[in-house]
Amino acid sequence: MVDPRISVVNERLKNIENIVAVSSGKGGVGKSLVASTLALTLAKKGCKTGLFDLDFTSPSTHLILGVQEMQPKEEKGIIPPEVYGLKYMSIVYYSGNQVTPLRGADVSNALIELLAITRWEKLDFLVVDMPPGIGDATLDLLRLVKNVKFLVITTPSRLAFETVRKLVSLLRGLEIPIVGIVENMKMDDSKFIQTQVKNLGLPFLGEIPFDNKIEDAIGNVDKLLETVFAKKVESIAAKL
Amino acid sequence: MHEWALAEAVISAVSQIAEKEGIREVTEVKVKVGELQQVEIDILEYALSQLKTEKFEKTKFSIEKAEARLKCRVCGHEWIFNKEKLDEKTAEAIHFIPEIVHTYVHCPKCDSPDFEVLEGRGVWLESIKGVK
Repeated sequence: MVDPRISVVNERLKNIENIVAVSSGKGGVGKSLVASTLALTLAKKGCKTGLFDLDFTSPSTHLILGVQEMQPKEEKGIIPPEVYGLKYMSIVYYSGNQVTPLRGADVSNALIELLAITRWEKLDFLVVDMPPGIGDATLDLLRLVKNVKFLVITTPSRLAFETVRKLVSLLRGLEIPIVGIVENMKMDDSKFIQTQVKNLGLPFLGEIPFDNKIEDAIGNVDKLLETVFAKKVESIAAKL
Repeated sequence: MHEWALAEAVISAVSQIAEKEGIREVTEVKVKVGELQQVEIDILEYALSQLKTEKFEKTKFSIEKAEARLKCRVCGHEWIFNKEKLDEKTAEAIHFIPEIVHTYVHCPKCDSPDFEVLEGRGVWLESIKGVK
């Protein structure tokens, strides 16, 4: 018995110049906000950009973007709809924002299905919002997708950074490119993370201060792009 | 025409296997289609016929349906997936991503959403025959 879907995954992604997986070792570090804002920023700069939410059990990019009722077009597969200039794909088109409890094998199957049937057009960037950690979605992306590179998010927390260290170790062992590390939710002038990143020999792409206005901008893209958070992400986007 | 994407996957996978095994001409491909995904067999057959390359000129595609058997991980109850009990929108969501079944279907005995699909999820290649 052979799963035929796997053989077309890279064919579906062949017109994408850069696949950037926004990842972290732990949850709650701001991956989805960075991924969504990064994708919006790249699109605003004139790059053809897609955003793919791979956090199947806890998707949130649709809430950040304020995506309402919408369905992908079906045409020899599925075509991601355009949202604020982004080609946007998420499981919520089908789960309707209801609880979707999935075990590891189900996450793998859903991921392979979406990779096999989604027809992305020519893109400069596909930003992938990853679930936290080094579980099934991360391992499958590494197994199935050629040319993926990782943008790693941490907070100033030493605990968060320890999990980043493990993620970096996994990626390095597999010779997967790491674009760099971003320190999010910074609240003081500690150089701890920056020093640790330097010690790992990786690019430190910047720090994003804790922005207490960000919650008010959830679901409102225009407001989001005016935040201090978005301005910082813009400077990070320039380094990609 | 989501079936078209799956047909492309079948042709691509068989081509890769044929290449690896040194098969010049593929004579038979057996495909199993799980009822959970509710694939339209006639559309899949049509797509396969349109996507055929030289290697597939004499290929007989045999497509067999497999019941979707589900088993509750909590109480152990086994049952057969029945799309007739679902509304059109739900059935369509499961058609695109069969794992969405966990959003809309619960164990009929204990109501848990924690069940596994034992058989009959989606499209699988069962066997390939050809001339070397």
